[in-house]
Amino acid sequence: MLTPLARLGRAGFTALAHLGQAHILLLAIVRGVPDLLPRPRLLISQLYGIGVLSVLIIVVSGLFVGMVLGLQGYYVLSQFGAEESLGIMVAASLVRELGPVVTALLVAGRAGSALTAEIGLMKATEQLSALEMMAVDPIKRILTPRFFGGFLAMPLLAAMFSAVGVLGGYFIGVGLLGLDAGAYWNQMQAKIDLQEDILNGAIKSLVFGFFVTWIALFQGYSAPPTAESVSRATTRTVVHSALAVLGLDFVLTALMFGG
Amino acid sequence: MQPSRTIEILVGVFMAAGFVALFFLAMQVSNLSSAPSGDGYRLTARFDNVGSLKVRSPVKMAGVRIGRVASVGFDQDTYEAVVTMVIEPQFDSIPTDTFANIYTAGLLGEQYVGLEAGGSEDYLRDEDQIVHTQSALVLEQMIGQFLFNKAQEGAQSL
Repeated sequence: MLTPLARLGRAGFTALAHLGQAHILLLAIVRGVPDLLPRPRLLISQLYGIGVLSVLIIVVSGLFVGMVLGLQGYYVLSQFGAEESLGIMVAASLVRELGPVVTALLVAGRAGSALTAEIGLMKATEQLSALEMMAVDPIKRILTPRFFGGFLAMPLLAAMFSAVGVLGGYFIGVGLLGLDAGAYWNQMQAKIDLQEDILNGAIKSLVFGFFVTWIALFQGYSAPPTAESVSRATTRTVVHSALAVLGLDFVLTALMFGG
Repeated sequence: MQPSRTIEILVGVFMAAGFVALFFLAMQVSNLSSAPSGDGYRLTARFDNVGSLKVRSPVKMAGVRIGRVASVGFDQDTYEAVVTMVIEPQFDSIPTDTFANIYTAGLLGEQYVGLEAGGSEDYLRDEDQIVHTQSALVLEQMIGQFLFNKAQEGAQSL
């Protein structure tokens, strides 16, 4: 009779405990900043793993998303005889929404899952314990550089995504569909605001970078040291990151553009 | 040592490319290049109806943008809209009897303030008010008026 209730309660307590663990881990990660500053090489190698290696997928996706926006936007706008506004449509959708969101989803899939698997395996093969034996704090040495690598790489990747997407829209709109190049850039420049659109988009991708890396690191660090748990944690990283990104995107959009 | 050097260079290229992309967005995509510099002098004008005039709408003279709308307010005593404009400092010889209209760019385009120079020898200064104004043309009202006139013509010819 009481078993389902008890199970529900236990699930709730487990979820709360995970939330608490995640925040304690975050605190420990941030506390590692003073130790990171004298060793920038650690951060650089993570920026390479998370940032540089993601550039190709980001640039290619950005190009295709921009080209699709160009084609679809042209179709809709031509119904109203407003093809000249294609530039605004492409740039606004990319800078405000698609750039930060799609970049975060791609980074969660490409780099977040890799982070989780790497740290989960480090734990399973007792590399983290070995570091501790040598009086090296594994959180400061392993997790902090990865966290800031992801946090810093995300807005830069999102900016590349948007920039390439705008160019992709230009190729389609001006190159293929014969719009006027001047109108494409002019209308865009007249309507896209540095603060309202571009700065808010950058803030969005910073927030997404924070959460995606945090989720990935926490899943890897808290996974039990078995092959099955590590694979489950990797899946959870992608699922939780995607949900967090999409949910946060709604909240941020409501805060930034809702008023 | 060699591979880490390559990684460092690649990371440097990555950071540079990211900032170039941000710079591209700021300069080429956004309105930074045409944003109001902030300085300039302010003029106010009162309109019966501003239509859909918004903050940051352009202020044009002879079709050339010389400033932007800084605020659109409402005066409770006179029931008029009070539009504050920031005019760029180099355009400092606008006569005091200048006429301010609210025009629409194209049939459905955005609305802007159009200034038409008067003949006065005195020039408007900071915080001055443009006295001669004409309200926005509201398309719905015009169409309504047109239909009403047509209906009246039809009634008279009967």
